[in-house]
Amino acid sequence: MSALLEVEELQVTFGGRTAAVRGASFRVEKGETHCLVGESGCGKSVTALAVMSLLARGGHRSAKRMSFAGTDLTSLSDREMARLRGNRMAMIFQEPMTSLNPAFTIGSQMAEVLTRHKGGSRAAALDRAAELMGRVGITAPGMRLGQFPHQLSGGLRQRVMIAMALMCDPELLIADEPTTALDVTVQAQILRLLANLKREFGLSILLITHDLGIVARVADHVSVMYAGEVVERATTAELFRAPQHPYTRGLLSCVPVPGRVQRDKPLGSIPGVVPAIGAGFAGCAFRSRCAHADETCTRAIPRRPAGDAHDYLCRLAPDWAELQPA
Amino acid sequence: MTAAIEVENLRCEFRVHTGLMSAEKRVIAVDDVTFSVPAGSVLGIVGESGCGKSTLARMILGLLKPTAGTVLVDGKRLFDLDRKARARLIQPVFQDPFASLNPRRRIKDIVALPLEAQGTFTRGEIDRRVAGILERVGLSAAMGERMPSQLSGGQRQRAAIARALVLEPRIVICDEPTSALDVSVQAQILNLLADLRRDLGLTYLFISHNLAVVEHVASEVAVMYLGRIVERNETDALFREPGHPYTKALLESVLTPEPGRGVPDIGLGDVMPDPANIPPGCRFNPRCRIAVERCRHEAPTRMVRPPQGMVECHLA
Repeated sequence: MSALLEVEELQVTFGGRTAAVRGASFRVEKGETHCLVGESGCGKSVTALAVMSLLARGGHRSAKRMSFAGTDLTSLSDREMARLRGNRMAMIFQEPMTSLNPAFTIGSQMAEVLTRHKGGSRAAALDRAAELMGRVGITAPGMRLGQFPHQLSGGLRQRVMIAMALMCDPELLIADEPTTALDVTVQAQILRLLANLKREFGLSILLITHDLGIVARVADHVSVMYAGEVVERATTAELFRAPQHPYTRGLLSCVPVPGRVQRDKPLGSIPGVVPAIGAGFAGCAFRSRCAHADETCTRAIPRRPAGDAHDYLCRLAPDWAELQPA
Repeated sequence: MTAAIEVENLRCEFRVHTGLMSAEKRVIAVDDVTFSVPAGSVLGIVGESGCGKSTLARMILGLLKPTAGTVLVDGKRLFDLDRKARARLIQPVFQDPFASLNPRRRIKDIVALPLEAQGTFTRGEIDRRVAGILERVGLSAAMGERMPSQLSGGQRQRAAIARALVLEPRIVICDEPTSALDVSVQAQILNLLADLRRDLGLTYLFISHNLAVVEHVASEVAVMYLGRIVERNETDALFREPGHPYTKALLESVLTPEPGRGVPDIGLGDVMPDPANIPPGCRFNPRCRIAVERCRHEAPTRMVRPPQGMVECHLA
């Protein structure tokens, strides 16, 4: 398998001081769903925005390597990047209402994506929009094309965003918390849709989420982020079977699992809060919350391999007994 | 055992204008809701957005007058009590600790406000109580000196809990108390709420859209759909053997962290529930995959479901 998106040692700073991403590395293989998982402030959204070259003013990115389908993204001009964005790589966000223009109809916003990138007539673009709306499970697409965003429910709006992202037949879809604002029932429908589209269109998906339930059900590979670093990478099956980083283990113990509830026992939890990382910080960012921390954690931390596609950032050696396939 | 909350045939209607020329419409947000919560237990309320769960909470808190029906809190009619007495009895904890705390006051002043509003506590007594409750929810005295913007989401929710408990109420209405928080913090707050309930003998009404969380905290669960409770039962029974097809769909849509299971087809279709247009017959019928002819014109009646529950479905 070859990687569609490769990110190595990505650094993002804002105003030269705050380090939002500190050397994150991951690869999204062709046709797979890769999840970036972590809590708020861990840098997962900033990572996605850096890939898309959409950082807010004052944001600065640098990377040892950042390539998309063989193209070096760091060397592209704004113009060249704009040609790629929305075309070969598309993005959807958490709150579809803020990503849609309230003053234009769904149809005109969808058609613009295609005419802007690929040219062609508006009528042909509207046909394509209607076809894709059907594909993402919107009934009566003809009527919806003439409606405005506020006339649609949250679930429908997110479907419109997905259809819009597919207008130019992209290779990579970046989805930043696409179901967080939706009801659980609608969430299941949207995630199922994304899984089907991945199969039908041969899409690669970079899915950003804080929800380990979503990760388990849709991801092929996972990168766990903490304080701007990828602290553990593994296949989904292995990450859940044999997590190695203390943060990953802690995160998994926090999630209540239906059917396995012990009401009188407390949930696992991680004490403390995510620390603010300033310039000149060295060592493990998780050490202030970690039960295994000692003085070596203030020095540089090695990335330890724990199998073929599994590594993590910790002073502790892997638990090989746990890593043996069951 | 006395019931901490008793709700009978509760109903809430809103009148809304849908457009310039269109007629006034009636939205029935809560429709004939009846339940009781024994003292010291936790009733979980689940349902999608717009199902009326927050409207129900507001009526139980006395913030909204019901169109019909009665609410008894600790055996007393809420509307017979004045605000101060109500505040000593029942308190809310809301979803968003960023919105529910005054950004321009220190944490300890925010927590002290319910005591000051009573007008019967001395300054010394107020300071003593505030210090005690802050410590109890895991906030240091130094945190009390800070402004809300200087606290993390979890710490703010602790402050909101402290404010709710400082008057030593019997009952706390938790409306999505952990939905805005990260999972590691959510677990801390859920554990704190569980400890406080045990130690202080509190009763909770716990509203959430997260069924996994509700299963963890509640002893009994009510499922709301378009203003009605369509199923209610002891938590274990409801999760093991859901009777209503909507409860089943809700349970199936919970994505447990089990790799390889994929995302289930919950089969609800893309008709979204609209409280301004409640369908005739069973209100769930347009989304129900097992609906039969009868469901389209005849509303189901409340049926007993063992061990302690009820369900409203022709086919349960």
